[in-house]
Amino acid sequence: MSAQQVLFDAPGPRARRNILIGNIVGVLVGLGILAWIISTLAEKGQLEASMWTPFLESRTWEFFILPGLVNTLKAAAIAIVTSVLFGLIFGVGRLSHLAPVRWVAGIVVEFLRAVPVLLMMIFFWLALGSSGAVQPQDAPLIAVVIALTLYNGSVIAELVRSGVQGLPRGQREAGMAIGLTANQSLRSIEVPQALIAMLPALISQFVVILKDSALGFIITYPELLQYMRRLGVGEGNIIPSLMVAAAIFIIINFALSTLATRLSVLLSFRTKGRKPAVVGAIAMDAAST
Amino acid sequence: MEDYLSLFETYDVLAAFWVNIQLSFWAAIWALAIGTVLALFRISPIPSLQWFGAAYVNIFRNTPLTIILAFGFLGLFSVMQISLAADLNASLFRIAIVGLAVYHAAFVCEAIRSGVNTVPLGQAEAARAIGLSFLPAARLIILPQAFRGAIAPLGNVLIALIKNSTVAAAGSVATEASGLMKTMIEFRSDLVIPIFFTFALGFVVLVIPIGLLTTWASRKLAVAR
Repeated sequence: MSAQQVLFDAPGPRARRNILIGNIVGVLVGLGILAWIISTLAEKGQLEASMWTPFLESRTWEFFILPGLVNTLKAAAIAIVTSVLFGLIFGVGRLSHLAPVRWVAGIVVEFLRAVPVLLMMIFFWLALGSSGAVQPQDAPLIAVVIALTLYNGSVIAELVRSGVQGLPRGQREAGMAIGLTANQSLRSIEVPQALIAMLPALISQFVVILKDSALGFIITYPELLQYMRRLGVGEGNIIPSLMVAAAIFIIINFALSTLATRLSVLLSFRTKGRKPAVVGAIAMDAAST
Repeated sequence: MEDYLSLFETYDVLAAFWVNIQLSFWAAIWALAIGTVLALFRISPIPSLQWFGAAYVNIFRNTPLTIILAFGFLGLFSVMQISLAADLNASLFRIAIVGLAVYHAAFVCEAIRSGVNTVPLGQAEAARAIGLSFLPAARLIILPQAFRGAIAPLGNVLIALIKNSTVAAAGSVATEASGLMKTMIEFRSDLVIPIFFTFALGFVVLVIPIGLLTTWASRKLAVAR
């Protein structure tokens, strides 16, 4: 149900007046909080022009914001590709008709979903750095990508599994009826349909990957947050710098989330006959990290 | 093996996990409180409150937690010199709790809203029919059912919160698990794999029972319809 419309009646004159009063009070309180934040920031000298002018200079963009953003997007892009691959392999593994394959895939996925991404990142960063298997300067990027892949790949594996399980049984039966084996039917009939149904949830997971790439900050990967901290330390405007970093993330993620919502509306006619609740529930889980 | 066991004499692994549990506990309480208020805002009839709830959720859900916690340390603590306790470490600890709570409140709000969506239309209509206005209807009819429908997503938020409490490292809470793991690996790089699995299993042991418990509770407490 859409709660907004049914929790309260179509307002009469008195209710309309109350809503108006509530609205005015709400706006005033909101403005009050905003004014308090602004005055506190101003008191500490955070709103002086010198704090914000660096963002108008091209060298700030050239040497800090853009290189940082490129590194963030690079890590996120690689991790998105590898997580989808990981998710497909383990998602199909969890649906295998061979019980041992199912168990192994299930244990791996459940384990990786329970371990904090940051722990995996620190582990791979230090392990790769000290083993000499990779160049020391490459270790942070590789650690970020591996950790993001293992965690988000496991979530995507669950999406694949729930997507396939949400398909009508007739799809598999029809596949078997035309002489496909169980694996062939899974690969060529069920998974492709599940992928389309899970597209919105998948894009929500990309938002998680992009956000979590900022964890690279802790393991010295030079992503956006790292560059913005350097800028903030250099220019003495750490608060404006972090705010700009947050704003960049918010804009990109908001665009991705909007795309996911649009897609889910667009695709709803293709998934109408099924139980979209299953995919929706997992998506909620995915978004919360 | 003896090498491995001697680690536990040098480093207090349980104390590190205890820090994470405390961070999660306090952050969970605050996030639940803020998130419930936000959910009420978003389902209320007052446009400015709806707008505020939506803006809050969109801003904090799309900001990396790392930035929020780094902001708490670099911005609020270092530059603004906001201190929430007399003691330096206690102050950083509380700022990390605020950061975790503010971030997860957005997800709590969405979880409760998804719970509200499980309440059938007839319930709200019946509440209106017996003359309840918005707040009594929300308090007596909608929210009790919504919370029961929101147990599973709220459990997922709690699990995410426990795992995310390791990000407090970005807020300079040095005593928590990921920081200790880093220190241990740096000093004993020969034992890097056992150390990692010790911490990883610690989180598995913390997180999986919560998942099972909330799944069980969401079935047990589901409103029979």
